[in-house]
Amino acid sequence: MKTIIFKTASSYLLPLLLLFAIFILLRGHYLPGGGFVGGLIAAIAFVLHSFANGIERTRGIIKFHPGFLMPIGLSIALCSGLAPLLVGSPFMTGLWYHNPIPVIGMIGTALIFDIGVFLVVIGVVLTIIFTISETI
Amino acid sequence: MLLSVLSGFILAASLPLIGKYLKEKWAILFSLLPLSLFIYFLSFQPDISDDKNLLFSYNWVPSIGVDFNFHLDGLSLLFTLLITGIGSLVFIYTAAYLKGHPYLDRFYGYLAMFMSSMLGLVLSDNIITLFIFWELTSISSFFLIGFNNDSEASRKSSLLALGVTGFGGLFLLAGMVVLGYVGGSYSILELMNATDLIQSHPLFVSILVLVFIGAFTKSAQFPFHFWLPGAMKAPTPVSTYLHSATMVKAGIYLLARFTPVLGAHEYWNSTLIIVGCITMVYAGIHAIFRLDLKGILAYSTISALGILVFLIGLGTDDALLAAAVFILVHALYKATLFLVTGIIDHETGTRDVSKLSGLNKVMLPVGIAAGLAALSNAGIPPSFGFVGKDLIYEATLHIGDWAYLLTGAAVITNICLLFAGFLAGFKPFLGKLPVTYENVHLPSPLLYVPPLILASLGILFGILPLLVDDSLIKPVVAAMLNTSSDFFHLQLWHGWSTVLLLSSITIGGGVGLYFILNPSEGLLTKATRFEPISPLSITGKITGLFHGISQGYTSVIQNGYLRYYVITILVFLSFLLGYKIFQGIDLYLNVATLSEITIYEVIVLGIMAVSIVYTVFTKSRLVAVASMGVIGYCICLVFLFYSAPDLAMTQFSIDTLTVILFVLVLYNLPKYLKLSDTGSRVRDGLLALIFGGLISLLTLEVLNEPLEREISAYYAETAYKLAKGKNVVNVILVDFRGSDTMVEIIVLAIAAIGVFSLLKLRLKSIEKE
Repeated sequence: MKTIIFKTASSYLLPLLLLFAIFILLRGHYLPGGGFVGGLIAAIAFVLHSFANGIERTRGIIKFHPGFLMPIGLSIALCSGLAPLLVGSPFMTGLWYHNPIPVIGMIGTALIFDIGVFLVVIGVVLTIIFTISETI
Repeated sequence: MLLSVLSGFILAASLPLIGKYLKEKWAILFSLLPLSLFIYFLSFQPDISDDKNLLFSYNWVPSIGVDFNFHLDGLSLLFTLLITGIGSLVFIYTAAYLKGHPYLDRFYGYLAMFMSSMLGLVLSDNIITLFIFWELTSISSFFLIGFNNDSEASRKSSLLALGVTGFGGLFLLAGMVVLGYVGGSYSILELMNATDLIQSHPLFVSILVLVFIGAFTKSAQFPFHFWLPGAMKAPTPVSTYLHSATMVKAGIYLLARFTPVLGAHEYWNSTLIIVGCITMVYAGIHAIFRLDLKGILAYSTISALGILVFLIGLGTDDALLAAAVFILVHALYKATLFLVTGIIDHETGTRDVSKLSGLNKVMLPVGIAAGLAALSNAGIPPSFGFVGKDLIYEATLHIGDWAYLLTGAAVITNICLLFAGFLAGFKPFLGKLPVTYENVHLPSPLLYVPPLILASLGILFGILPLLVDDSLIKPVVAAMLNTSSDFFHLQLWHGWSTVLLLSSITIGGGVGLYFILNPSEGLLTKATRFEPISPLSITGKITGLFHGISQGYTSVIQNGYLRYYVITILVFLSFLLGYKIFQGIDLYLNVATLSEITIYEVIVLGIMAVSIVYTVFTKSRLVAVASMGVIGYCICLVFLFYSAPDLAMTQFSIDTLTVILFVLVLYNLPKYLKLSDTGSRVRDGLLALIFGGLISLLTLEVLNEPLEREISAYYAETAYKLAKGKNVVNVILVDFRGSDTMVEIIVLAIAAIGVFSLLKLRLKSIEKE
C-alpha cells in the first residue's frame, strides 16, 4: 500500500483530518458531532497515516505512546465533573461561561468533558490498533 | 467507645508502616492494646452493677436505620472483659510462641482485627451492625486459622471454617432482616419491647430457624460442629483465643442476647434443648477417643458449647444463671488448657497424649496451671468449676417432666468433660518422664505466666465467688431476663443435697474412667470407623458433588472457543425470543403505519443483499471482510435516511476501524482456508437465519407497541434550557447521562489496557524463549 500518491496525500490528509475531528468535536453541542465521533475520526487519521508511512513514522509524529491519552482524557473528564462541586453544585452539573468565544463557541464543563472523551477515544483506538499491528 | 471498638482495625491498618519495627523485639508492645481496652471496659463495671444502661450512639447510615449504637450491659460487659482480658494474655503469649516468625506482625494484625470484630459484635445494639461484625469475625478468623498458609491442611480447614460460618452468617442476615421487619426496628433494645408482637407473628418460626442456623454454625453445634476440630490446624494462640473464649461463644452470645426477644417460647426452648443435648453428649463421647491434645480440647469445647446452648434452651432463671457462670468458668479453664497445650507442643514437638507423661519434672509451673485448670474443668471443689457445675445440676433438676433424662445427659457430658480435662491437664504432667523429653526445658515466662493467671482466677473465683457474683454474673442474668433480679448468690458450698450427690457421681465416674481407659491408637481407630456417616464427610461429599457439577457445567459452557460462546448465546436468545413471540403476543403487521418505501432504500437493500451473499460464499478472507464493511456502510445510510446523523457518523467511523482491525489481523494469515466442514456451516447458517428472523419479528412487534413520546419530548424541550445545547443526542451523552459516559470511557480504557497487556505480555514471554 505504499504508493507515492497515497504517501504524499496522507501527510497532507493527517492535519486536515485532525482539524476536521476537532471541528466535529466542537460543533457537537449544537449540530451532529461530538467527542466520541471526533475521537474516532482523529484516530482514523493517524491509522491512515500509519498505513501509508508505517507505524514507526506515525509514532514519531505522536512522540509519546497513545496510551497516555487515556489517563489524561479520563482526568480531564473527571475534573470537568468535579468542578461544579467547587461552586457547591452537585457532581456533573453543567457550568457555562456566558459569552461565546469566537470560533470555539460556548465554553462550559460539558465541552471540557467532551474533550476528555475525545482524548480517551483516540488513546483507546490507537493503543488497540498499534498493539495488534505490532504484535502480528 | 467507637474508637475503642475500631482500635483493632486501626492497628491492623497501620501495621504496614510500623509492623516491621515492632515484630523483631518489641512484639510484646502489641499487647498494650487489649490490655488498655480491658482496663477501659473494666472501668464501666461500677455503672453496670448499678443497673445503668450505657448506650453510645454514632450515626452511620441513619437513612436505612443502620447505626453504630453500642450498648453496654452485663452480658456485653462479661464478653468484652473475656475478649480483651484473654486477648491480652494471648497477645503476650504470642510474642513468645511465634517469636521470630517472619509474619508475626501480620498475625498481630489479624488478631487485632478479630478482637475488634468481636467487641463490635458483643456491643452492637443494632442488629445489622451486629451482623457486619459477625461476618468480620468469620473473615478475620479465616486468616487466623489459615495462618500457616503453606500447609494444605491448614488452608483447607480455614476454608471449611469460613464456609460453614459464612453459610450460617447468610442465614443470620436473613433472620435479622426478617426480625427487623417484624419488630419494626433494628435496635435490640426496642425489639425487647415488641416481644409479644414478634412471637405471635406468623414469621416467628422462620426468624427462629434463621437465627438458630446462624448461631449453631458459629458455635459449632451438631450437625455443624465439624469445622471446629479442623480449625485446630491454627497456631495455638488462635485456638485459645477463637475457639475457647471468643468466636465460638459468639453464637452463645447471640442466643443469650436474643433470649429476652425470642426466648420463653416453646419452639425456642425445645430446639435449643434438643440440639444442645445432642451436641454435648455426642462431642463429649468423641472427646474421649482423641489422642491429639488439641483434638480432645476441640471436642470438649464443642461439648461445653452444647451445655451452654442447652442451658439457654432451658431458659429458667437457674439455667440462665448457670449459663452465665459456665461461660466464665469455661473460658478460664479452656483457655488455660489450650495455652498449656501450646507450650507442650512448642517444647516437645508432639501433642499425642499417649506419648506424653511426667513433664512436671521439667516444667512445673506449666503443670500447676494445667492441674488447676483441670480441677476447675472437673468441678472439684474449691474451684469455680464446682460452682458452675452445681448450678447446671440445679437447673436440670428443677425442669419438671424431663428432669431425669436431662440431668442424666448432663451427668454423662460432665463425666466425659472431666475425663477430657484430666487427659489434657494431668496426663502429660504426671508419671514417668520419657527419656526423649529429658532435655526439655522450662519456656520463657511469657508463655507460662498467662495460663497460670487464668488458672488461678478459676480457683480464686471458686473460693471467693463474691468477687464476681454481684459485679459480673448478676448483670449478665439481668440482661438475659431483661429484669433486674436479686434472687441468688453464688456459693461454693450448697449443703448436703441431690446436687452434691450428682457432683460426686460425676467426679467419681470421671476419675474412674480416667484410670480405666488408656488413650491408645486402638480406641481412635474404633471411633474413626463411624467417620463415613459423620456430618463432616457428608458435607465433604456434598461439596465434592457441587464441585463436580460446576466443573462439568463450566467445561461445557466455558469451553474457550469464541464460536461456541456465540452459538450458546444465540441459541439461548432464540429460545427465549421464540417462546415469548409465539406464546404471548399476537403477530400482526399494520402495513398502513409504515412509511413509504423510497428508491434509495431499495438500492441500499439490494447492495446489502449482494454483499451478504458475497460474504458468505466468497473464497477469500479479505473479500469477506470488505463486504462486511459494505454492509456496515449500508446500515449507516439507512440511519441517515431515518434522520439519525449522529448515529450514522459514529457507525461510519466504527465500521472503518473494524475493517482496518480485521485486515490487520488477517493480513498475515493464509488467504483462504476452509476450516469448518459443510455440516457446521449449514448449522451456523440455520442458526443465523433463525436468530435474524426472530429479531426482525421482534422489531416489527415493537412498532406495534404504543410509542411513549414523553421522554424524547422532555429531552428535546429541556436540552437547550438546562444544558444549553441543541444537539439532543450529544447533550444526553455529555450532560444528562454524563455519568454513564464517564463510566463508558473508563470501560473503553480498561479494554484497551486489556488488549495491550494481553498481547504485549505474550510477546515478551515469547521473546524470552
